[in-house]
Amino acid sequence: MIAYLDFEEPIKELREQLEKTKEVSEKSKVDVSKAIHDIEKKIKDVTVEIYSNLTPWQRVQVSRHPNRPYTLAYINAITEGTFIEMHGDRTVKDDKAMVGGFGMIDGQSVMLIGQQKGINTKMRQYRNFGMANPEGYRKAMRLMKLAEKFGRPIVTFIDTPGAFPGLEAEERGQGEAIARNLFEMMKLRVPVICIVIGEGASGGALGIGIGDKVLMLENSWYSVISPENCSTILWRSWDHKVEAASALKLTSEDMLANKLIDGVIKEPCGGAHANETEMFSTVKKEILKQIEKLSAMEPEKRIDARIKKFSSMGVVAS
Amino acid sequence: MGWFKRIKEGITTKSTDKKEIPEGNWYKCPECKKVLTSQEHADTLWVCPSCSHHERIGSDEYFYILFDDGKYKELFANLTSADPLNFVDTKKYADRIKATMAKTELGDAMRCGVGTMNEREIVVACMDFNFIGGSMGSVVGEKFAKSVDYAIKHRSPFICISKSGGARMMEAGFSLMQMAKTSAKLTQLADAGLPYISILTDPTTGGVTASFAMLGDFNIAEPKSLIGFAGPRVVKETIGKDLPEGFQRAEFVLEHGFLDLIVDRQHIKEKLTSIFKMLLG
Repeated sequence: MIAYLDFEEPIKELREQLEKTKEVSEKSKVDVSKAIHDIEKKIKDVTVEIYSNLTPWQRVQVSRHPNRPYTLAYINAITEGTFIEMHGDRTVKDDKAMVGGFGMIDGQSVMLIGQQKGINTKMRQYRNFGMANPEGYRKAMRLMKLAEKFGRPIVTFIDTPGAFPGLEAEERGQGEAIARNLFEMMKLRVPVICIVIGEGASGGALGIGIGDKVLMLENSWYSVISPENCSTILWRSWDHKVEAASALKLTSEDMLANKLIDGVIKEPCGGAHANETEMFSTVKKEILKQIEKLSAMEPEKRIDARIKKFSSMGVVAS
Repeated sequence: MGWFKRIKEGITTKSTDKKEIPEGNWYKCPECKKVLTSQEHADTLWVCPSCSHHERIGSDEYFYILFDDGKYKELFANLTSADPLNFVDTKKYADRIKATMAKTELGDAMRCGVGTMNEREIVVACMDFNFIGGSMGSVVGEKFAKSVDYAIKHRSPFICISKSGGARMMEAGFSLMQMAKTSAKLTQLADAGLPYISILTDPTTGGVTASFAMLGDFNIAEPKSLIGFAGPRVVKETIGKDLPEGFQRAEFVLEHGFLDLIVDRQHIKEKLTSIFKMLLG
């Protein structure tokens, strides 16, 4: 089912109008091809207009759009059915909020890892809403080490409202699991590409986010906290999420301008969900381009550049 | 009938004869309610002598505890917070920084020092919880990074004393990336073969736990310190139940395998000295 966000209302109305017109044409055999053409053009114009003026909060809404593709959708599309999903951290269990395995992209084998959200109520629970436990981060690290062993590049897809803040997560060392990944990912000898495809919330996102190239989809967000939680803490109420979204400078453009990421991947007009095929193809091209560039570097140089990049982040006065 | 009878009513001492006791001369333990003079409390390194409650202290006190004769050279003291995002919530971040600096007489939530500990040169980075909840922004990350560089250059062991609520929200993406930055620097320290000791004190949570605080060659905590990724309030909301006794306290974290040892503040200096002796000779 197609879902619409509040600001997408005009698009919804036009689409309904289009459906009705088509129905009329079928029933009455009146030629309405011009009318249909006009409405289609109008839908396009309105979509362009809405999507070229999104506020940061609207971007956050798009990043959580119910129809937005999640990690496995990207992986399955770009590996064309060759993906072999692997399971478990070999210590505690298999975390369903974190998926990963080898797949072929245009004849190259690549390790693909990411947080996975569910596509319906039942699956959302099964995937724990994309909030990984420590074993998820440890599974990701196990797979990254495996990729390193076989000299295969790593691509991570980031899409999480945060690492899971549960009791067992604390018992099993959520903080240590993320910290260990930050440390180990810095030293991986193979190319690492990280792509924020939806929500990039805090340490839970960063836990698979240390790469030679960190990219964000145009309508994704990446920050230290979600706008809602930021509003709760700083304004002491849920009502300031729109202001918080602006203040956090969490959009792809802002993150790039602040040199906290390396690039932005354009989305199709109307967002990733408006044309998944186009989105997958853009992401695939970007991955292949980056792998080619990064593979040309010596591992030592790549690691050095990665460490230097993250070490230079921050702005201080003196 | 009592043996003594009060003849005059009320307080008869003239206000000019009243003995003034200055504020802050006394300390009352919040755990066992024992009352000490501030001097006695400082003499026990701010640990209650009857119940061993470790009072929260700042970088000044930790430097006094660790460095020989309390002598050290402060490093990178000139670094202060910029406001890269022009962040405004109910207050401007720039104003919040200014007010906190004036109130605490601190530059930011971390201070770094170099000096000797039982005659061995060490570099220490120490967080101050009084400065916006010991939150990690660009200054904390940069001071940590520079201290690691200093330690590598002088071949000194590195100690970081954590005391933090986590990342500083007002620097948003910048504070998040300080987790990556500090971890990146620790890979360089490790490559140089130098020891890194992480001391976790009450409280150590959020982005600090999920980066440098958990990455020590030795993870050492003070007794009963709150140590976790998510704060206890958030965990409680998530599970919708009361938390078990001692949850996220140092003893709990050690039992689950994330700390090497818990050391009383009075013994930390000698313990660190023997660790360095074993690691470095």
